Amino acid sequence: MKSLRYIDDVATLVLYEEKCIGCSLCTEVCPQGVFEMHMQRAEIVDFNACMECGACVKNCPVHAISVTPGVG
Amino acid sequence: MDNIPKKKEKDIFHPQATWISTSNVQIMPAMDLSDMHRLSGNINPNASYEKPGYKLCSYVERFIETDAGPVPVVKSDLNGKDIISTVSVRCGIRRHRYTVSPGLYAVGSPDRSSEVLVTGNFKLTFDHLRKALGSVSAWILVLDTKGVNVWCAAGKGTFSTMELVRLIRDGSLEKIVDHRRLILPQLGATGVTAGQVRNESGFRVVYGPVRARDIPLFLQNKRKADKTMRQVTFTFLERLVLTPVELHMAIKPTALAILVLFMLSGIGPGLFSFQGAWERGIISIGALFAGLVSGTLLAPVLLPFIPSRKFALKGIIIGSLFATVSMPFVHGGADSISAMASLFIFIVMVSSYLTMNFTGATPFTSPSGVEKEMKQFLPVQMTGVLVSAILWIYSAF
Repeated sequence: MKSLRYIDDVATLVLYEEKCIGCSLCTEVCPQGVFEMHMQRAEIVDFNACMECGACVKNCPVHAISVTPGVG
Repeated sequence: MDNIPKKKEKDIFHPQATWISTSNVQIMPAMDLSDMHRLSGNINPNASYEKPGYKLCSYVERFIETDAGPVPVVKSDLNGKDIISTVSVRCGIRRHRYTVSPGLYAVGSPDRSSEVLVTGNFKLTFDHLRKALGSVSAWILVLDTKGVNVWCAAGKGTFSTMELVRLIRDGSLEKIVDHRRLILPQLGATGVTAGQVRNESGFRVVYGPVRARDIPLFLQNKRKADKTMRQVTFTFLERLVLTPVELHMAIKPTALAILVLFMLSGIGPGLFSFQGAWERGIISIGALFAGLVSGTLLAPVLLPFIPSRKFALKGIIIGSLFATVSMPFVHGGADSISAMASLFIFIVMVSSYLTMNFTGATPFTSPSGVEKEMKQFLPVQMTGVLVSAILWIYSAF
């Protein structure tokens, strides 16, 4: 979300890029547009938009993402 | 539609119907009620689905027979009862008991190739979905999310892989559709692992758009969602509809606070006076309500326009402004500086706390961020209230 932003540099999101197989599911499930695909690999393009919902972690087939998810 | 076997009904006009013929007198084999109604022109198409002790839901239009049994077809428009219930639930009344039965439903005239849309059993969610579908024909699989919306249920683990797989099996979904595809609301992804659903049920999960109203376009675009469909928003209206529930949730703590305020206000030169409790109590309660309005209404509605990213600080800013504006009404006449300062601080602190509390209702705050600002601002808020209380008692002497 561009108009409303929350506190920067607090999210616990980590992407292990070397594990990524390029399925792009994280770009589909993220409601904040945190990920984008570049050269067939997922990349974090807006780290501070992460609200730690955990959708990416739950759906990544190779466990390439970690986060401490909150309760929606 | 053609593939769905129709429920066999006895046709009394057909020559093969079982009639007893004695001379030229024909006697009906049984006083079958549905036949009687048909003859009298008074047809209740759902009569055969009625059971003693049960009542058909008002949003069910009819039933269609499938290889897995009858499936209720729901209306895609809301009736007066739905709308009145929506308003009261939005105000927090019976919010946690507003459910539909989990299971399979239909909307329009779905067939064996129609999409299966998955949702939760909060009736507000269910109503929202069927209304958004309009003229779309589809199956709707409702998971038991205990009356909670999809996103929160996914976070709490009721909108889950396990529950989805269970319902696919219980409803024998493979007997109803030829394809093996489910469309889930994108926000359900927090609770569901798509790969695991496929392994355990054979059904492939496709994540649909965030908002139900984008579903018709999503389906038209061959199940592709664009960037705007994938991202949450928090518009003025989306914030405004949340405020009655925020107020509702504040009722209990407010009642307790009122009691404490009356007691504090009674403390004075003669140790305790009921007159003081009443007269000064009313003033302090006015301040409490000013804080409530600021924290549960003004802050949520004006959220993007209030400086700072920290909600507690937003609450302090808007609370200070509102305290300044509302002070003449709260206090009425001029009084000691200490009383004025006490009321001002109290309004600001209540506003700060309630605004911070609103993080739980927003779609963009991270738990790590909330934890950070709580650690920072809870001590400030508690100290503020304490200082306010001391000033309030001091001003009575």
